[in-house]
Amino acid sequence: MIRFGHIIFGLAFLLSLCAVVSAVERFPPPEFESGYERPSPTTPHPRQDIYEYIDAAVLLAALLVSSYLALRKRSRRAIFIMMVFSLLYFGFWRKGCVCPIGAVANIVLSVFDRSYTVPIVVGLFFLLPLVFTLLFGRTFCAAVCPLGAMQDLVLLRPVPVPNWAESGLRLFAYVYLGMAVLFAATGSAFVICRYDPFVSFFRLSWNLNVLILGACFLLVGVFIGRPYCRFVCPYGVILRQLSRLSKWRVAITPDECVQCRLCEDSCPFGAIKVPTTAWPVHEYNKSKKTLVFLIILLPVLMFIGGWMASGVRMVTSRMHETVRLAERIYLEDTGKVEGTTNASLAFRATGKEVKELYEEASNIRAKFGLGGWLFGGFVGLVIGLKLIGLSVRRQRKDYEADRASCVACGRCFEYCPKEHVRLKKAKEIVGKS
Amino acid sequence: MAEDKNSVNRRHFLKDSLWGACLAGLGGIAGFLSRKSKRTNTVWQIDPEKCIACGNCATYCVLEESAVKCVHAYAMCGYCKICFGFFGPEPFDISEAAENQLCPTGAIKRTFVEDPYYEYTIDEKLCNGCGKCVKGCNTFGNGSLFLQVRQDRCLNCNECSIAVACPSGAHKRVPADKPYLLKKVDHA
Repeated sequence: MIRFGHIIFGLAFLLSLCAVVSAVERFPPPEFESGYERPSPTTPHPRQDIYEYIDAAVLLAALLVSSYLALRKRSRRAIFIMMVFSLLYFGFWRKGCVCPIGAVANIVLSVFDRSYTVPIVVGLFFLLPLVFTLLFGRTFCAAVCPLGAMQDLVLLRPVPVPNWAESGLRLFAYVYLGMAVLFAATGSAFVICRYDPFVSFFRLSWNLNVLILGACFLLVGVFIGRPYCRFVCPYGVILRQLSRLSKWRVAITPDECVQCRLCEDSCPFGAIKVPTTAWPVHEYNKSKKTLVFLIILLPVLMFIGGWMASGVRMVTSRMHETVRLAERIYLEDTGKVEGTTNASLAFRATGKEVKELYEEASNIRAKFGLGGWLFGGFVGLVIGLKLIGLSVRRQRKDYEADRASCVACGRCFEYCPKEHVRLKKAKEIVGKS
Repeated sequence: MAEDKNSVNRRHFLKDSLWGACLAGLGGIAGFLSRKSKRTNTVWQIDPEKCIACGNCATYCVLEESAVKCVHAYAMCGYCKICFGFFGPEPFDISEAAENQLCPTGAIKRTFVEDPYYEYTIDEKLCNGCGKCVKGCNTFGNGSLFLQVRQDRCLNCNECSIAVACPSGAHKRVPADKPYLLKKVDHA
């Protein structure tokens, strides 16, 4: 019937056949005699661009306020209020989209795909927290990120995580970042957004899998401070590294550390580094050898990682829909499976050559091969550097917030007696006791 | 002592230069983005030419009630008495009774205009974007019914879960100032 309609139409308008393939008028629209007027379809507008700019402005303001509260005002209560505001605004009001964490994928894709453009607001969301971290440390994590706020709110019974577990689990965040970049660069998927654990809560729409994931994170988060931020967040990985270099940063004590040890256990994120003693000589010499060994091991790890990750490109490339489609079409054409899928039907309806599809798929696989080398090399590098980092010991005299791990939540402030002096609360305490 | 101070300075110098390099890097990204990015935002929309009305839009949207709805291009409609977007495959009777309707939610209203023409309008509150009527109209009619993302409902997720599930690649991003891809009559 479709064919027949086409032929009739084609005969009538020989020259313009191609242009009107879609508009098959099997039943010509009537001329009405009763004066009936055709309505036209409504087109309700999307959120206006101005609101997007307002979001960016709110982000900038929130970063400024959060940095001020953490570094100058030094008030956990104020940081907490700011955090709740961010959770409500960026989380529940803006439904968790746009967010800097997910923007990583957009930026990466725009670098690798020339035709892909990023709205300026998304660029701002990606860059502003990075700039602020370079200046003030991770104040974005403290009170601006809705995901961090969500987890910070449920942290009721913090349990310390042993150092080896912390270091080991954190590697996952690097792997996740690498994967997110690999899949975004090849145009396959935005995995960060797909597995954003709290987005179901923000939207109050219940995708069961993501909901269970989010609920798990929140349950674990009651005991282990901010599990997503510490062990998963790919943006947090970037922030960690920039935070090491920050110009200004949160200090536990507003003054000079008196080594009272009161703040020692105050950090639920294991970010307070205790003073270390000098290294005994025999251990020093031993670890020198270890260090040399690890430095030699580094390129080996990178090579092994790259070799493994590019070796599984047939599997990883299935994240790309074209590869999945090509595999399906191949199976159907060779009679290895029966029946069709919506995707294979849609492909056949376009009349595109199968060869062309196979070529596209093999191009994408090649990209995954190269991407696998880079991804695996990156993971190897991270593991190697982690090992090197663990074998080097730096002497520390005071109790300090670890530059990379500190999320500037402000919990430690009130543990410091010097802070009480600063706030002129000391007298009251003395009076009470 | 002097050496100690020196080494601290060296560390500071290294750190400062690394800091500067990072800032320059961010500046570079900013420059790259400002050249490449567009002022206008983009939104998700369905290309009706590619859409195969598979029904994924109704189920995969993150919203409980999908942001995708059926839209009617009246100018293309034949105002048929027997509409294949409205009536099920084997209607008991040519009437508006529920058992004759194709739409699972009864979202299409059929009203008499003049003999033998009937007008079909979509009640968006009831439409769930399943595309059953779209399939019917495309296969047997003029194809005046088609699916569109309603931009007042769409949350504009970074990765649209319908786009991920779309088998024909019909879901794509379009500039926010032209947020609809409406079908039009092409009297070439």
